[in-house]
Amino acid sequence: MAGIWVHGELAADGSLAKLSTEVATLARSLAGESGGAEVTGIVIGADPAGGAAELARFVPRVLVVTEPSTVDHAAGTIVAQRLAALIEERDPDIVLAGAGPEGRDLAGALSALTGRGVLANAIALRGSPDGPIATHSVFGGKLITESALTGGRGIVTVRPNAVTAEAADSPGSIETVAPAGELTQPAVPIIDRIEAQGAAASIDDARIIVAGGRGVGGPEGFGLIADLAEALGGAVGATRAAVDSGWIPYSQQIGQTGKIVKPQLYLAMGISGAIQHKVGMQTASTIIAVNRDPDAPIADFADMVVVGDLVEVGQAILAQLRERSG
Amino acid sequence: MRIVVLTKPVPDPASGGERLGADGRLDRTNSPAVVNGNDEYVLEKALKLVEAAGEGEVILLTMAPATAPETMRKALAMGATRGVLVTDPPIGGSCTVATTRILAAALKTLEFDLVLAGVDTSDGGAGVVAPGVAALAGLPYLSYAASIEPDAAAGKVRVNRITPSGYDVLEAPMPALISGTQALGEPRYPSLKGIMAARNKEITTLTLADLGIDAGTVGTAGATTKVVDSRAPEPRAATRVVREEPDEAARQVVALLAERRLI
Repeated sequence: MAGIWVHGELAADGSLAKLSTEVATLARSLAGESGGAEVTGIVIGADPAGGAAELARFVPRVLVVTEPSTVDHAAGTIVAQRLAALIEERDPDIVLAGAGPEGRDLAGALSALTGRGVLANAIALRGSPDGPIATHSVFGGKLITESALTGGRGIVTVRPNAVTAEAADSPGSIETVAPAGELTQPAVPIIDRIEAQGAAASIDDARIIVAGGRGVGGPEGFGLIADLAEALGGAVGATRAAVDSGWIPYSQQIGQTGKIVKPQLYLAMGISGAIQHKVGMQTASTIIAVNRDPDAPIADFADMVVVGDLVEVGQAILAQLRERSG
Repeated sequence: MRIVVLTKPVPDPASGGERLGADGRLDRTNSPAVVNGNDEYVLEKALKLVEAAGEGEVILLTMAPATAPETMRKALAMGATRGVLVTDPPIGGSCTVATTRILAAALKTLEFDLVLAGVDTSDGGAGVVAPGVAALAGLPYLSYAASIEPDAAAGKVRVNRITPSGYDVLEAPMPALISGTQALGEPRYPSLKGIMAARNKEITTLTLADLGIDAGTVGTAGATTKVVDSRAPEPRAATRVVREEPDEAARQVVALLAERRLI
């Protein structure tokens, strides 16, 4: 029977990435549309037990590989080699991974080692008699494409927020395995891990993002953006202009050379909505913009545009949100 | 310090002219090609590293149609020493697997201390070619770089890799392959002198035969993926414009958030 594998991505603390729970949920629906293909989670890491238990809430079976070297080495290439060996032994049709930095590093190395193709950055995935069909948003959202893997076999990377994660009715089994073979690729040591000062909540899979652009005016202006994000339970995003000005770290940048996000709510404060930014956020479910200029490009694709001063409007929104939450 | 920079000509994302042809492949005729944005950041870093070393060269490695030198000249005008273009009609329509194989084979013809690549491209955007090339070439792979610090005497390179909460500091022996981000710094504008000099810089061409790759295994013939359908996205609902005083405008915003169960 055709197999669908889900790579369970581990964070530095060994916990399972939220993105992997979404990918696992998607794998179950894909299996249902693919003649009842078997879904298997794969967790590979130095201390994989916690992540494996979490992934088992979402899939009927999890294979676990203990790989000590990922504790202090860049994981992508190492995990790819172990996964390639497992694929060689068990021959699944499809391997699903997240489309974040970890999943991309993994998918690239895995594709090179196995010769299997990659459908990258899927925003949806469905089964067909010819294998999975992935939906992509391309050319800055101007076009939606559907793509297939030749022969119906290969690797698919899935963007955050493609689906809402839902645990399975009953937890799956967990089985420890040890793929054959040596690690032959050069391992890259992590000699230090640095926590950025004032590191903000990750925007990658945030449900709500409050983002600031040039109109915010300076680093102190991002105080209001952060307050709004906190009141909404969301993360702080920014345009390239705000990042280039040094007001906020690059990790929070949304757009062509930053991150592509798909939150439920995107509150854009002082953001004109130039194409380079638009490509990073236009698939947000609800877009609300506060901007002085009613003719800014963002007015063409936002659900609501408030024409006004972002500090005045932002503070009024903040006050009302705080009033509601008591 | 010899650095190879993987660069890809992409349709200018600001042109609005990108589209697919009837064959489901990129139609390159309708929008001007530019150097991929993330490649410009790593190129800038490569130029700075060679300048700091006081010797060496920056070599562009590009796989693209035969018109690519036009775009490569822009990168040469920024200061790259020379270019190597892999071009051959059967390469058209290549998937990431074939692209990875071709670039890895082309790297074998070059000598280098570092290979730099942008973390992804603005057209394909898969972000899988750089790690794949590193794996095929057997090079240490350091990704999502916010800084790159080679130590030529020790033969090592140190990279700050962006993580969700900060940086991982990675270290590897050279030669190594590094994918880089915008955090490396703003690319320079070519000077007039640079533009003039670029006209006479060497761009060497390699074919599949030069690399010993069977034409039947790449391009459309050997593609592992295929576009089967394309359509315009669903139009978004009309924009509601609010021009009230801040308190009333905020009330309408909060009402919309409540209506959509976002608060």
